[in-house]
Amino acid sequence: MTITGGKKKEKIDRLSELAAREDERGVSLWKEAFRRLRRNPAAIVGAVILSLFLLVALLGPFFVPHPPDAQLWKGEIRLGDFPGFRSENWFGVDHIGRDEFSRMIVGARQTLLVGVVSTLIGLAVGSLIGGVAGAAAGLGGRWGRAVDNVLMRFVDMLLAMPSLLLAISIAALLGAGLTTVMIAVGVVSVPVFARLLRGSMISQANSDYVLAAVSLGVKKPKIALTHVVPNSLAPVIVQATLTLATAIIEAAALSFLGLGNNDASIPEWGVMLADAQQYLDSAPRLAILPALAIIVTALGFTLLGEAMREALDPKLRK
Amino acid sequence: MFRFIVRRLLQLIPTLFGLSLLLFIWLRRLPGGPETAILGERGTPEMRAAIRRNMGLDEPILVQYGRFVRRLIRLDLGTSTSTKRTVVTEFVERFPGTVELSISAMLIAIGLGIPLGYLAARRRGRMLDHLSVGGSLIGICIPVFFLAYVLKAIFAENLGWFPASGRQDPTLGATRITNFFVLDGIMTREWDAAADALWHLVLPAVALASIPLAIIVRITRASVLEVLNEDFVRTAEAKGLTESTVRRRHVLRNSMLPVVTSIGLLTGGLLSGAVLTETVFAFSGIGAFIYEAISQRDYPVLMGFILIIAVVYVLVNLLVDLSYSLIDPRVRVR
Amino acid sequence: MRASRPKVAIAAVAVAALAVAGCAESDRDDSSGGSKKDTLVFGVAGDPKVLDPSFASDGESLRVARQVFETLVRPEEGGTKVTPGLAESWTPDAAGTTWTFKLRSGVKFHDGTEFNAEAVCKNFDRWYNAKGLMQSPDVTAYWQDVMGGFAKNESADLPPSLFKSCTAKDATTVDLAFTRVSSKIPAALMLPSFSMHSPTALEKYDASNVGGTAEDIKYPEYATAHPTGTGPFKFKTWDVANKTLTIERNDDYHGNKAKLKTLIFKTISDENARKQALRSGDIQGYDLVGPADVEPLKGEGFNVLTRPAFNILYLAMNQKGNPKLADIKVRQAIAHALNRQALVDSKLPPGAKVAENFMPDTVEGWNGDVTKYDYNPEKAKTLLAEAGATNLTLRFHYPTEVTRPYMPNPKDLFELLSADLKAVGINVQAIPLKWSPDYLNATTSGAKHDLHFLGWTGDYGDAYNFIGTFFDRQKDEWGFNNAALFAQFKDADTTADAAARTEKYKALNKAIMDFLPGVPVSHSPPAIVFGKDVTGVKASPLTDERFATAEFKS
Repeated sequence: MTITGGKKKEKIDRLSELAAREDERGVSLWKEAFRRLRRNPAAIVGAVILSLFLLVALLGPFFVPHPPDAQLWKGEIRLGDFPGFRSENWFGVDHIGRDEFSRMIVGARQTLLVGVVSTLIGLAVGSLIGGVAGAAAGLGGRWGRAVDNVLMRFVDMLLAMPSLLLAISIAALLGAGLTTVMIAVGVVSVPVFARLLRGSMISQANSDYVLAAVSLGVKKPKIALTHVVPNSLAPVIVQATLTLATAIIEAAALSFLGLGNNDASIPEWGVMLADAQQYLDSAPRLAILPALAIIVTALGFTLLGEAMREALDPKLRK
Repeated sequence: MFRFIVRRLLQLIPTLFGLSLLLFIWLRRLPGGPETAILGERGTPEMRAAIRRNMGLDEPILVQYGRFVRRLIRLDLGTSTSTKRTVVTEFVERFPGTVELSISAMLIAIGLGIPLGYLAARRRGRMLDHLSVGGSLIGICIPVFFLAYVLKAIFAENLGWFPASGRQDPTLGATRITNFFVLDGIMTREWDAAADALWHLVLPAVALASIPLAIIVRITRASVLEVLNEDFVRTAEAKGLTESTVRRRHVLRNSMLPVVTSIGLLTGGLLSGAVLTETVFAFSGIGAFIYEAISQRDYPVLMGFILIIAVVYVLVNLLVDLSYSLIDPRVRVR
Repeated sequence: MRASRPKVAIAAVAVAALAVAGCAESDRDDSSGGSKKDTLVFGVAGDPKVLDPSFASDGESLRVARQVFETLVRPEEGGTKVTPGLAESWTPDAAGTTWTFKLRSGVKFHDGTEFNAEAVCKNFDRWYNAKGLMQSPDVTAYWQDVMGGFAKNESADLPPSLFKSCTAKDATTVDLAFTRVSSKIPAALMLPSFSMHSPTALEKYDASNVGGTAEDIKYPEYATAHPTGTGPFKFKTWDVANKTLTIERNDDYHGNKAKLKTLIFKTISDENARKQALRSGDIQGYDLVGPADVEPLKGEGFNVLTRPAFNILYLAMNQKGNPKLADIKVRQAIAHALNRQALVDSKLPPGAKVAENFMPDTVEGWNGDVTKYDYNPEKAKTLLAEAGATNLTLRFHYPTEVTRPYMPNPKDLFELLSADLKAVGINVQAIPLKWSPDYLNATTSGAKHDLHFLGWTGDYGDAYNFIGTFFDRQKDEWGFNNAALFAQFKDADTTADAAARTEKYKALNKAIMDFLPGVPVSHSPPAIVFGKDVTGVKASPLTDERFATAEFKS
């Protein structure tokens, strides 16, 4: 195969044929991925869990039987003795005399919010740092290396700071609350995204098709944007699905340490689980219900995410 | 290789100074100070002012930082404001616990995670794949502190197989040399003390390992799957190499790069998990102590510990970077 | 060749380990391996800070000190009354400023030094003559709380010393002279911070040399490794790496010898973790039992002891934080709005009571005849309307991740009380803060707080220790300046005659409840638990539990 000077676009097209198989079917890649997703039982389980969760989170709050923060059964609360499952309160009454079922339903929305927003924070900031650093490293040269170095030292510093310390000191400045939790959980995942994207960009940069492109004389920034970045995203997607699930769990950990959302009118599962610690003996359901909800939701996110990754991965398509 | 190591170590110095300055200012911007924490409900404004004066906290931040740096150069990290013991003493007595716990957790995570991930990939779509992926998924989806309580409720409270708290049975009166209890037990031939320390490690290490284990399983599996489809594997198989040779020489080695990266990253994350694990298991270590130090606004402990941790962290990741070139000769360290 | 590299490494590590193994000696004494039934492991919530109680103000350090040291006078077992300790009797002179203590004879310190009048004076002189950093309020907190200042005050903030001099008249008679009459004497001398130390050990381990530079106070060796008292237990080891502190029986104790051979305090900061450790047999008792755990633990056969409630939880109203709160009607409205009885019934341990004064009724000076504010939302609404404070919004601070003996579950208490306030039309802005230092800082300084929880556990049985601590001068916590009230406190404190003083405290309690700077909420009895087969310990309102009498039922 000979390559004759010509336009750059032509070069890239040739290059794609040479090295990357993923573009050959264009739009049908996504169709194909979706088709395979439908055949994967794990994906279906994950999708069912998530659609249920989304349904509850988005619509549930409009249909709850009781306001989540009204202490309607306060009079029946005795120390370590709360009304349990009954027709009036499907999940019983919590330790303050509120309807547990209503709180669980409204809690889904908060939990979703925490997971999505904090993952977006981590993904956006982390990918930006990692992408710039990776591109700079790939471009090489004195300045490229310097940019990469400075960014990665900053990421190192973030990583070396124990994430809970960050979270706690953010809470000390902003006060405990939902925003704090989202920022703290998001910030914690920034270095992970950054390092992962940079790492896979560098290993992509060493791959044959990039070397081929370089030898063809394609400009490096173009290679970085059109080939290296898209092909480096697979591990980042894996990480994002993991992060969505772990964000919900980390939010629960922060609540356990007393840093969670403390607004009683908008309950959140992590806070509910943390608050129930005092009543593990007398009313274990107050801990088990939110814990199960957290586990199942996180499971849904990871099942679907993992299946999506597999479906999207061109190398696993055969 | 040697120049690479020296350069990375030299890079550590500006990183540390940057970190220490940022940290120093950040900590002092937080509301409240050690004096509030020390005095508790009993504090009066006069008492607080007297302590601030005594500790030199009423001076400008940069003056305080200058003093900190001058002492740091002499390797003097100062004294904890809450325990009044030197930061170095606190570190020497508390760090070994966290190291024992982290190593145990990583051994569990790596020792189980890589084989499980590998087997899951080889038997993709079959029972073993579903089991190990499903199991690791559930592991990652349980909040660590909840898992810790559940583990204790089952294995300590009900079955009584493992102790529920601490690093060692205090009634043994074991000898302390390095504060690594297992090592101390071996060195002094107090075998019962060493065994007891190991026994105390099991539940907290399992709780701490749950997340790294899940991540390692998934990354190993993903990475092995990718490599299995590479041309060179098919070439190797086609040219008639035995399956075990292909596995060892090609598949495992080539799929380890992302796994090793993730191990380096996870080591840093262990400390945060250790805060919860150490708290719930009353396990003496730096995680819970740093958390406590934040509540106490114990500036010297926070500065000292975080700087030391940063050094340890950078060293671990230096090792990870070095191991890249062992695993994948294409990656050259410069 | 490359494959052999790991093997070489493993071999190297193994060789190194063996080499190290050869050079270490076990220094374990084998006597500890005997019958386990004379060793008690007790779970506590925090590490002790220091072993010399002169420098301690945290409960865990004082708990250890109470076993190792003794004081001149001590509280009766299970109560707050002043009873003989190392002194057999004590009498004030006519002016009430000089107290003569008759000492117990035949008492020896752990190091063999004799306890006598001279030793007492050496101890008081050591505290009184504190220099340099030993005058820092975080070092000698209780001395400064009780005595004010020192022989030579190095800071202008320090008040003149209440203590004047100590004179050894003969081996068993000692005179303590004070600069003025104070209600605190002799009750305050029960505090573990006034424990008697061996003068020999003090000197040997340089106990008064609180050194280091200003910013890093270093305790002397005595305070970290060699506490030497006269108590039924002797200090053995403090194993920070295992979070345990071990003390053992003093076989030369002058009174009834301890029944346990070894007592180990083990730090388990998490409440649930303490409970799980008890159930799995790691420990045979622990302190700070969650209120909801009392009944379940009792049901399983554990010995749950309930201390008499010697504390107060109050809701403070800061008159500077919100000018509306300076209106007495608004404060009264808030008091009427709160359903304190419902809170006590649903959230506090059995035996808890709604508070009527800012001190428990077991302390002399408590007054049953004060203005009471019953739960009456209608009246609250009327009062708010009269004060023109409709649509009032208050910033309500509450602490997170903390349990105090007087406040076992702050968040729950907040939820209940804020619902009560909302029911009468007050808007509540919730401000949760981490207890230390954010919450303490926010509520005791500045004027950004309107309502907050705080409380107090009494140090000794004296009214001033409660209400005086809260209201004897202007404080940011309350934001009021009531000169008449402050003068009334000064007058009561300097009244020598006990009966007359009690009457003045009663009058003060009435004045406080009329002025209503805050709402006293509750007194709640903290619980302590022991293993099923552990007996002999009596719960003390001052947390002065004596482990010397603890034993295992055979």
